[in-house]
Amino acid sequence: MTQEIIVIGAGMASGRTLEHLFDAGADVNVTLFNAEPRGNYNRIMLSPVLAGDKTYEEIVTHDADWYEANGVTCRFGERVASVDRAAKTVTAENGDVLPYDKLIFGTGSNPFMIPLPGHDLDGVIAYRDLEDTELMMSMGPQNKVVVIGGGLLGLEAAAGMAARGVEVTVVHIMGHLMERQLDETAGYLLRKALVDKGITVLCQANSKEILGQDGKVCALLLDDGTELPCDLLVMAVGIRPNVALAQDAGLAVGKGIHVDDQMVTSDKDILAVGECVEHNGAIFGLVAPLYDQAKVAAQTILGDEAAFVQKELSTKLKVTGCDLFSAGDFADGEGREDIVFRDPGRGVYRRLVIEDNVVVGTVMYGDTADSNWFFGLIRDKTDIADMRDTVIFGPAYQGGAPVDPLAAVAALPRDAEICGCNGICKGTIVDAIEGGATDLTAVRAVTKASGSCGTCTGLVEQVLAVTLGDDFVLPGAQPICGCTDMTHEDVRRMIKSQELKSMAAVWQECAWKTVDGCHVCRPALNYYLIADWPLEYLDDPQSRFINERKHANIQKDGTFSVVPRMWGGITTPDELRAIADAADKYDVPTVKVTGGQRIDLLGVKGEDLPSIWADLNDAGMVSGHAYSKGLRTVKTCVGTDHCRFGTQDSTGLGIKLEKALWGSWTPHKLKLGVSGCPRNCAEATCKDIGIVCVDSGFQIGIGGAAGMDVREVERLIDVETEEETIIAIKAMTQLYRENAKYLDRIYKWMNKVGLEWIRERIADPAERATLATRFDLSQTVYQKDPWAEHAQKKAAIYRPVANLSLEAAE
Amino acid sequence: MTDWIDIASIDDIPQRGARVVKTRAGCVAVFRTAADEVFALDNACPHKQGPLVEGIVHGSAVTCPLHNWVISLETGLVQGNDEGQVATYPARVEGGRVLLDTTFLQARSAA
Ligand SMILES: Cc1cc2nc3c(=O)[nH]c(=O)nc-3n(C[C@H](O)[C@H](O)[C@H](O)COP(=O)(O)OP(=O)(O)OC[C@H]3O[C@@H](n4cnc5c(N)ncnc54)[C@H](O)[C@@H]3O)c2cc1C
Ligand code: SF4
Ligand code: SF4
Ligand code: FES
Repeated sequence: MTQEIIVIGAGMASGRTLEHLFDAGADVNVTLFNAEPRGNYNRIMLSPVLAGDKTYEEIVTHDADWYEANGVTCRFGERVASVDRAAKTVTAENGDVLPYDKLIFGTGSNPFMIPLPGHDLDGVIAYRDLEDTELMMSMGPQNKVVVIGGGLLGLEAAAGMAARGVEVTVVHIMGHLMERQLDETAGYLLRKALVDKGITVLCQANSKEILGQDGKVCALLLDDGTELPCDLLVMAVGIRPNVALAQDAGLAVGKGIHVDDQMVTSDKDILAVGECVEHNGAIFGLVAPLYDQAKVAAQTILGDEAAFVQKELSTKLKVTGCDLFSAGDFADGEGREDIVFRDPGRGVYRRLVIEDNVVVGTVMYGDTADSNWFFGLIRDKTDIADMRDTVIFGPAYQGGAPVDPLAAVAALPRDAEICGCNGICKGTIVDAIEGGATDLTAVRAVTKASGSCGTCTGLVEQVLAVTLGDDFVLPGAQPICGCTDMTHEDVRRMIKSQELKSMAAVWQECAWKTVDGCHVCRPALNYYLIADWPLEYLDDPQSRFINERKHANIQKDGTFSVVPRMWGGITTPDELRAIADAADKYDVPTVKVTGGQRIDLLGVKGEDLPSIWADLNDAGMVSGHAYSKGLRTVKTCVGTDHCRFGTQDSTGLGIKLEKALWGSWTPHKLKLGVSGCPRNCAEATCKDIGIVCVDSGFQIGIGGAAGMDVREVERLIDVETEEETIIAIKAMTQLYRENAKYLDRIYKWMNKVGLEWIRERIADPAERATLATRFDLSQTVYQKDPWAEHAQKKAAIYRPVANLSLEAAE
Repeated sequence: MTDWIDIASIDDIPQRGARVVKTRAGCVAVFRTAADEVFALDNACPHKQGPLVEGIVHGSAVTCPLHNWVISLETGLVQGNDEGQVATYPARVEGGRVLLDTTFLQARSAA
């Protein structure tokens, strides 16, 4: 007997179900409702339509002839209003009541709209159907569009409109794009490609309000106050299964419409397929599983046995020039290992996640030609023990391919600046080498590259090696750590000249061998990025050693020491009382006066840190940074205020210097001293920077030490006024910040670059002024009291995340 | 038998970071890697009892904050030339929540 079948929704899943039914010659009479005023089309191809690569006509999957040939009654543009399961009828919007033998839900999902103020303004849309697509296609070079959401849909929308010349900004709340499918490195490469297409990408950006004018959207306001003007705002932040109708009909519904392995709902005559279903707790957002569901649903109706099984999924992005692939699981599970391959030259990144000799997940960017092979390894759970060393290179390389330690330098473009001092680019050096300068000395003589401070020597040698091949033997240089072949100096130059502004950028462009570095390279990179890109790079506390992360020195028993700042070593009775009260209140076992003229509270419990800081803050004190690779103390003598030998106000200058420099991060700790006369009571001549006051002004020396090495400062420059002193010292600090290797004190760095080189920079008024300006810029970001910030906003992280000691251990 | 107990949201632990969970038999460090895996280990380095919770997390290892021993979060084994092992406990993430197996608590307090 002919079965009456009613289908709700002409989507990708229901369309496929019907194909299977008709192909099998089912004896059915189908009525197809669709809320959209058209029949089945390939929704995923809306993106190529938007980008102008395809027309709507090309993506229609079933046309009028097909419906007619298969006897489908089409009710397009008509919504099903209700279902009466007892009577086995559906009611259309116009009131028609139609009986069914079998009913199929294929209602898809609804785009989720964040309920921001203004979300209902005109011009705020989702990206789901042809209407949305056409609105976006109406935008042109004169328009600005904001897309909220840096996932698959948001980026396809952004790229499609950018291809039409629209000025597009993507606003993404997470730290990197497509965070569910990609790791940081792949996210970095993707962002770079999109930025190259003219798209502005804002990560870690939180939308606050949609602003309108005359009922129409005009801008998006972020919670940091940024206003992004726009003519259209696209929200692509996720989907929710469309279950309202099923729920009203009394079907079992969770996140989606519950179905069993046969795609049958809680009513035996009603099936559901597609994004509207929930199967074994999972919901779906990609077509591959929907096609499997469609096949099973058709077989169920035909009375054949079939069962839907969830399989591994993979993701690609349909944006020209952004080749990415992500599959399987790289977010969970124990006993896993990573294999990483990076080719900075081609912008290639590949990562495999291995568990028990089986590939369980992969992320690839730049070259996805072999993605199916890798996906096969995941789906088939292939044992890769035998090809473990070479599997990352893909099927073609199963004989083995060496990783080239020179890849990063080989990949640099000709205009990449290698020598910062003399502004020499790679191209100039290559030309010199090809012109016969075949060793370092010759290259230096011809181009001046690496002839000044010398920190780029390693890179120049690598350019020699890349250009001359086997004819040049690279001297063995000490890489930062096992994660890379590059030295600190090489990486620093790369960060500057290639404008690498994130950790992931450095890992990729310098061909890191690990996924996310180690405890040796991460703190160094974090420092270099802070120093070189104070405005663009966000400090990463997780890449800092504990002392800097918790703003206190860890002691050998796991307690901490707390040192409040005392400007220039000057304190007051009120401060001393507050310190004494804090010491009592928190049972501080040891109170000690330090060599830097500070008071150290030793033995504070980690959990008490935020409270003791808050108490000290209340008394007007801030962190003394006694834990940091940054400005520690400016030690002073009493100078002209009290001392009969004093030539200048050394205390006052010390306080001014400390107020100017505090909060800054430096390659290693930085200690200053100011003595009021050459009797040098502040021991200024064994500090990193020491000032000795004389009648005629101020003598500034650098490179002192009083640790494992003991050294006297060498005279850098003499100046006449306090203002000049402060500018010279800011400039000096900035020069050190920008050029020294992480963990080199000034004296060590000075031994490498030479006092002369430093003096030339500081003595030149123009260079001194620009260095000081860059220092001030960095201070606008970093001169903040970390105690106040942590006591007010981050106190929770100092406490246990949970306390199970009270739980009964049955 | 395993008995999972919900201790916190995954967001309470920073990526590449850790937090302490107090138990009757001392502190357990719960780590979260960049890939959002979680691991639970005794919060004491086999070298000189350094608090591992304060270490730098890289890949699936942590570096002790006191003298830089590197410890695998998966096995608790000390890596490289040093020797030792930290006790590890079952931990997992489900629906954005971090779960620990309370049977380990019994084992710990019994020990
Ligand atoms: C722009 C875009 C790009 C995408 N790219 C990809 C990709 O590259 N790869 C991938 O795998 N997936 C992609 N997807 C996801 C994929 O398109 C969906 O998973 C798929 O279309 C879902 O199919 P469906 O049949 O469940 O629902 P849909 O195709 O959404 O169909 C549901 C239909 O039901 C109708 N309907 C709802 N309620 C009623 C009612 N009461 N009465 C009548 N009709 C109703 C709706 O109007 C709709 O037409 C993309 C999606 C979009 C929007
Ligand atoms: S350094 Fe000179 S000015 Fe300063 S306290 Fe000593 S003697 Fe006096
Ligand atoms: S001198 Fe040695 S023992 Fe004393 S505080 Fe410094 S590092 Fe510790
Ligand atoms: S206590 Fe951990 S390395 Fe010494």
